[in-house]
Amino acid sequence: MNLSGYFRSLANKFFHRSAVADDLDEELRSHIEHRADDLERGGMSRAESVRQARIEFGARERFKEESFAALGGNVLDTLWRDVRFALRVLRKSRGFAFAAIVTLALAIGANAVVYGVMDALILRPLHVPQPESLWGLENGNGSGWQSYPNYRDFRERNHTFDDLAAIRMEFAGLDTGNDPAQATGWAASGNYFDELQIQPFLGRFFHSQDEKGPNSAPYLVLSYAYWHTRFQDDRQIVGRTILVNKHPFTIIGVAPQKFRGTLAFIAPDFFIPIIEDVDGENILNTRSINNREVFEILGHLKPGVTPAQATADLNSTGAYLEKTYPKEVEHKNYTLGRPGLFVFSRPAQAFVGGLMLLAGLILLAACANLGSLFAAHAADRSREVALRLALGSSRQRILRQLLTEAVVISLAGGALGLAASVVLLRKLAEWQPWTGAPIRLPISPDAKLYGVALALALVSGFLFGIVPVRQVLRANPYEIVKAGPSGQFGRRLTVRDVLLVIQIAICALLVTSSLVAIRGLERGLHSNFGFEPRNTMLAGTNLAMAGYRPDTWTAMQRRMIDATQSIRGVGRVALVNNYAPLIYAAGNTENVFKDETRDLSQSHVASMTFRYEVSPGYFDAAGTSLLAGRDFTWHDDKDAPPVAVVNREFARRIFGSVSNAVGRYYRMQDGTHVQVVGVVEDGKYMSLTENQNAAMFLSFLRYPSGYSQVLVRSGRDPQQLASAMRNKIRELDAGLPADIETWNQFLEVVNFPARVATMALGVLGLMGAILSITGIFGMAAYSVSKRLKELGIRVALGAQRREVLGPALGRSVKLLAAGSAAGLVLGVLASRVLASIVYQATPRDPLVLAGVVAAMLFLGLLATWIPAQRALTVNPLVLLRED
Amino acid sequence: MNDQAQLLPGTLDLLILKAVSLGPLHGYGVLLRIGQISGSALLIEQGALYPALFRLVRQGLLTSDWGTSENNRRAKFYELTPEGRARLQEETEGWNRLAVAMTSVLAARPEEL
Repeated sequence: MNLSGYFRSLANKFFHRSAVADDLDEELRSHIEHRADDLERGGMSRAESVRQARIEFGARERFKEESFAALGGNVLDTLWRDVRFALRVLRKSRGFAFAAIVTLALAIGANAVVYGVMDALILRPLHVPQPESLWGLENGNGSGWQSYPNYRDFRERNHTFDDLAAIRMEFAGLDTGNDPAQATGWAASGNYFDELQIQPFLGRFFHSQDEKGPNSAPYLVLSYAYWHTRFQDDRQIVGRTILVNKHPFTIIGVAPQKFRGTLAFIAPDFFIPIIEDVDGENILNTRSINNREVFEILGHLKPGVTPAQATADLNSTGAYLEKTYPKEVEHKNYTLGRPGLFVFSRPAQAFVGGLMLLAGLILLAACANLGSLFAAHAADRSREVALRLALGSSRQRILRQLLTEAVVISLAGGALGLAASVVLLRKLAEWQPWTGAPIRLPISPDAKLYGVALALALVSGFLFGIVPVRQVLRANPYEIVKAGPSGQFGRRLTVRDVLLVIQIAICALLVTSSLVAIRGLERGLHSNFGFEPRNTMLAGTNLAMAGYRPDTWTAMQRRMIDATQSIRGVGRVALVNNYAPLIYAAGNTENVFKDETRDLSQSHVASMTFRYEVSPGYFDAAGTSLLAGRDFTWHDDKDAPPVAVVNREFARRIFGSVSNAVGRYYRMQDGTHVQVVGVVEDGKYMSLTENQNAAMFLSFLRYPSGYSQVLVRSGRDPQQLASAMRNKIRELDAGLPADIETWNQFLEVVNFPARVATMALGVLGLMGAILSITGIFGMAAYSVSKRLKELGIRVALGAQRREVLGPALGRSVKLLAAGSAAGLVLGVLASRVLASIVYQATPRDPLVLAGVVAAMLFLGLLATWIPAQRALTVNPLVLLRED
Repeated sequence: MNDQAQLLPGTLDLLILKAVSLGPLHGYGVLLRIGQISGSALLIEQGALYPALFRLVRQGLLTSDWGTSENNRRAKFYELTPEGRARLQEETEGWNRLAVAMTSVLAARPEEL
């Protein structure tokens, strides 16, 4: 066969369809005229001969069709006709089309949003060359923290990585002269950019050879985004001087646009060498178990090295370090993790995976729903289908038509859902969950997302389009045309029933879990944290950033306490170094030893405890009750013997009981012999869902820190109080920026995962509820319409309301009850998972159980109301006359 | 109409190829030519000619071009391609073999067995 000719005719047909049609028309016309010419020559009149020629020619339309088919590739043509027909049908049943499209848009939109987030956080590799061989080091205790000397040893002793780079976070004030602003940066080892094989967009990066001892490389690299927003793409910025916490740095380059650092959810504004000390913490020589300043170590594996080999290599270095520095290093098994999400990858994967599963269930429920709707729709059209069958249409053709309708609906729904999800994802990408934390999600809707949405739409279109297939295949045109589409209905359990029960169960599951989450969240806000966050204001200041020398910090902080105390309407004022409990999940921990322990190696640790350095009056101001002993005084300073206030858990672990603790001694890692002078109640320190931890409070006079928070207890309006506090601090030092918020505002950060989980569950629960309503409604309405005649007869025979409603809706109600019960049980089981995210999430709560039952009843009532009304107002006379 | 034979399935293509091989023809002309050379013995439904013509074009055995007919009307003329000529040759031989075989079968008498 001549292939080029074949393709030419095929191409002609596709691209010049109307031209081909015109061509064919003209050819047939020419044929008839030639025949008519001959007939005319035989003596007929022209009109008569044309008529005769037409008759002789035969069924012209049929031959035209056959000729088209003979040209090959008939699929698009039929498809186009099917689509047009589908659109006509859908235009006729607008309610049906609308319900179906909205349902699908919701379900596909939800899936697209979750997929977009999953793609951003989990699927997409970091934007660096060869991301597949890039790994981060995870400690056995689920973090990456290391001391800097440990990092140096890992880097020098391992044989499996190309090189190892390290980063730590640096929250600093940047100032190019007169525009101080807070920014988030990464202090990175000199080899960071080289190890990642990144080239600068402008200027240059810093390198290993720039590191010539502490503070020898005051170079700063800007991220592209920060350069764009803060410096308006000013190319002259390279070479200029910038103050980082008052220390002069030279801007040497700008990172490329796509490079947002090596963490997925935090985009740094700038990079400086890790050997630079900008906040008074010298990290280079401190190998301490308590001060592990390096946030993450990462590097490329050498070619041919497997992750297992690398892990073994790291662990041998870890064991060596523990043996060599027993006091400073504790070795737990190292593992490798993807650097993008790092130690958060497991929780993030679990959370996003859970969401994806729920969204998938929603889509499945929507398909089940639409399947029922379609089956009902097809049943209502059974007379039309029967007629078409009787007139010689093939079943295949009719099925193709039904599937086309389903796919047209699913594509419309998918497009709508995708559009909505793109809007939502763009919002999410700009979203900053709380001020002051540089969380930025790297979400960008791309072709992959469109592809996924399209695939979902097509798959769901086929899924629900396939439901009525059996019905059509079994249809007997003769019976249907004769008897009308009554048939038997509702005798046995159908696939449709099972789908509906599953769907109601999913909905009940979602409703249960979101109620559990909401109740847990609400209870969490009013439970005892070991302090009273209400009516408490926190003012954070960073004296290191403002250029104060370490020996002046304590005096300045005391002045701030006194100045704040002088504000009218203020209760107790105190101060805590770094952050108060439950803020930014930023707690310092320290290992403590029993008094009698002489060998302070990690194997003899008595307890890991949280460590806070506070001023006198802190427990009063924080609302933490003192159980025994005394608070700190202003005499507990460097010259006095070291004393501590511990919590109940600490007392229990080290001394056995609260009453035993006061007056006794314990040891800290550095060997300090500390006397316990007071015991306070237990509290929450890192997160609301943590197990009870031990905590010790030391006098801040012994441990100066540049960053501290002044704690103010006051019933005054928070805004007024905040501005009063700001004024007081400005009076002391106009150049000292203060970060003032209520403790409850800070708690929102700790509560963030719980809030997100609750919000996501709530939204999905709502969608599940909407789907259930349409599902039950469809079922009930269908069952009522099918049995209208029977109901009419019952009413005519004098049936009461109950006797009418029973047969009309009984089945729907039974399915609803079964589904709700199953969903409730599943929800109770699922709450165990939820308890790890949301504090005090428990389904053993009468309010939750009652809430679920009420919600499902309400759903059922809402969904069956209209069909019930229709069943009750049935008019037997009208109905029986109709047939 | 007993003097007009029904076409055997598959023979229409061969007839068209043969008709066109004698010179370019438009669709109606193909019908006339077949009628003429078969002595009006073969009956072809007029419309059925066109799907067959299109099929042959698609297979690359014919090419078509618009031109002016002897009646001074626009008409689409079909012409044999080299592939078409080869196919005609092939099919003619096949047909002849079949015809000889059929004839000898049908002429068989008991004494020859």
